[in-house]
Amino acid sequence: MVAIEVKNLVKNFGKIEAVKGISFDVNEGEIFGLIGPNGAGKTTVLRIISTLLKINSGSVKIMNYDVDKDADKIRKIISYLPEDAGAYKNLTGRSYLQFIANFFNDKQNKQMVQRGIEIADLDLRIDDRVDTYSKGMMRRLLVGRALMTNPKLAILDEPTSGLDVINAQEIRKIVKNTARTGTTVLLSSHNMLEVEYLCERIALISEGKIVEEGKPKVLMDKYNANNIEEVFTKVVQQ
Amino acid sequence: MSGLGNIIKKEIKELLTPTTFIPIIIIALIFGTMGSSIQGIQEQALEKPVIGIINADNGTLATITSSILYNNSKPIFNSTSIDDKQIGIETVKKKNGVALIVIPNNFTNQIQNETSGEIEIYWIMKGAGIMDTISSGVLQHLIDYINLNISKELIQENSSVNASFVLTPTKNVETTYFKDREFKDLTPDTIVGMLSSQSLLIPIVIMMIIIMAGSIVITSIALEKENKTLETLLTLPVKRTSIVTGKIIAAATIGLLLAIIYMVGMSYYFQGFLISEGGISLAKYGLVLNSSDYLLIGISLFVTLIAGLSLCMLLGTFAKNYKSAQTLTFPITMLALIPMFLTMFADYDTLPTALKGVVFAIPFSHPMMAPRALIFDDYLLVLSGIIYVSIFSLIMIIIVVWVFKSDRLLTGSIKRKKINLRGPLLLNLIRRK
Repeated sequence: MVAIEVKNLVKNFGKIEAVKGISFDVNEGEIFGLIGPNGAGKTTVLRIISTLLKINSGSVKIMNYDVDKDADKIRKIISYLPEDAGAYKNLTGRSYLQFIANFFNDKQNKQMVQRGIEIADLDLRIDDRVDTYSKGMMRRLLVGRALMTNPKLAILDEPTSGLDVINAQEIRKIVKNTARTGTTVLLSSHNMLEVEYLCERIALISEGKIVEEGKPKVLMDKYNANNIEEVFTKVVQQ
Repeated sequence: MSGLGNIIKKEIKELLTPTTFIPIIIIALIFGTMGSSIQGIQEQALEKPVIGIINADNGTLATITSSILYNNSKPIFNSTSIDDKQIGIETVKKKNGVALIVIPNNFTNQIQNETSGEIEIYWIMKGAGIMDTISSGVLQHLIDYINLNISKELIQENSSVNASFVLTPTKNVETTYFKDREFKDLTPDTIVGMLSSQSLLIPIVIMMIIIMAGSIVITSIALEKENKTLETLLTLPVKRTSIVTGKIIAAATIGLLLAIIYMVGMSYYFQGFLISEGGISLAKYGLVLNSSDYLLIGISLFVTLIAGLSLCMLLGTFAKNYKSAQTLTFPITMLALIPMFLTMFADYDTLPTALKGVVFAIPFSHPMMAPRALIFDDYLLVLSGIIYVSIFSLIMIIIVVWVFKSDRLLTGSIKRKKINLRGPLLLNLIRRK
């Protein structure tokens, strides 16, 4: 089943065309990566899919729900992790997870928080105030928050941005394990090596357009490249 | 360019922003306006008071009194008959005069018999603001001057006159007319003094509550944006209206808590004023607030808080971070300061029509004006204020919810977006290869 269906998506900010009619599909349970440099339009696409921004034209469907008409229903099945996101600084890690869980089903509330704590893996620091966390700890807490709800679709914007190698690897493992449980993952990154490791399929996005799409291995063979970075360079130079 | 010049150029460019200059320009304008107002007060203090005079006595001392009055004032009513008192009062009221001075027919005789000569003063009070009593202050000085001249005359005529009597040969019998009420034995100064608790304290407290609760809301939105918690919040299964009303209700609850503390304190403060001003009972003149008045003040304060908070919420959507939120509290502070100063210095009724419109349009004016209006049973002003502020709040909330449902909350200004999207660096680097 198709989890995300994007057709001719256009998003303008005034006179600026941020997204210029892109189309792609993501299958259920798949890890799909939107790859491109800063300002290419990745975050805009993710925000639209997350119901944060309105579209100018085209259509976006999440599990057959239309983002324009069924935003409330979509919010119940997705989880969005913005780039450089933070948490409420006066709360502890545990109470932050509890605050988020309160928006969902009451019956599974405790289990949800427990799952979040396990994913975040912060040991005793989970009961410390968020403003005492390092960047890596904060990101782990937020990944825990994003995945604890068992979303049908997890939208992760630069999930490892600004993290050291150890923390980044931890998060990649968590994302991979989550996809194995059936959650569809849509992520964006400008770290081409990361997506090569994580994503089953990728779309290369440049200046608001998808310039190439496919499995990383297939694309590397097609462009006779050693890695996705080389693929991207060759594609945009064409 | 030298290193120093380069740094100066960069610093000036960074500091030369509208957010740096607009607050300073507005403060300068306010000080300028206040300066002109003070100049206006000084000019008013130099002006001769507009009065009516009834001199029913043709004795020497009455003549001295009336001639001083004629020479140092602008008489608009003149009579020698005590029976014209009512006509005199009406004339002074109509012609915006300060008072009607009545010199009774036995004035000179009484003083010559070493009994204080009575000068009847019928004050026409227009407002209870500081500026409203300037003319009456000028006339008070004139009465003191009359006393001094009569003392001189008495000493010249008879050097063995009773010393303690000669220092105060006249006695004022005063009645003040204010807001269709008659206050016997009270001067405008006494009434202003009695009402000073509202003139000074209430607007300051209300201003503080509004600024405190307002900055809570603006900062809350700004921090949500800065920490990117707002993006997360907006993708959770919760309605936009719940987010907006939740934030407003939480801040209003805190604001209301502050208001209750303030109201309790104020009611004790008012009770303390029931017997004040040299043993004058304010209750005797009906200058007290009853429980329904307090309820109306509470309602006025609550709807104003909601209006202020929804306005702050709207301003908060413009905030990009904590720093810009601090700048955005400035308009709220200004909106709270303007009515505060105006209600301190002048009565709403005595303001020019244009200024009245401005004061009425600012929601924060209403709880500031309510206590004094209710003391004088001006329910129309208070109730119309509550209705206006409620409508204002409703419109603000609708706008805020609309903004929360639109892209504007996250994208900010289009101009900013333009900068962000211009020339992706990595792409440019790749293209150069």
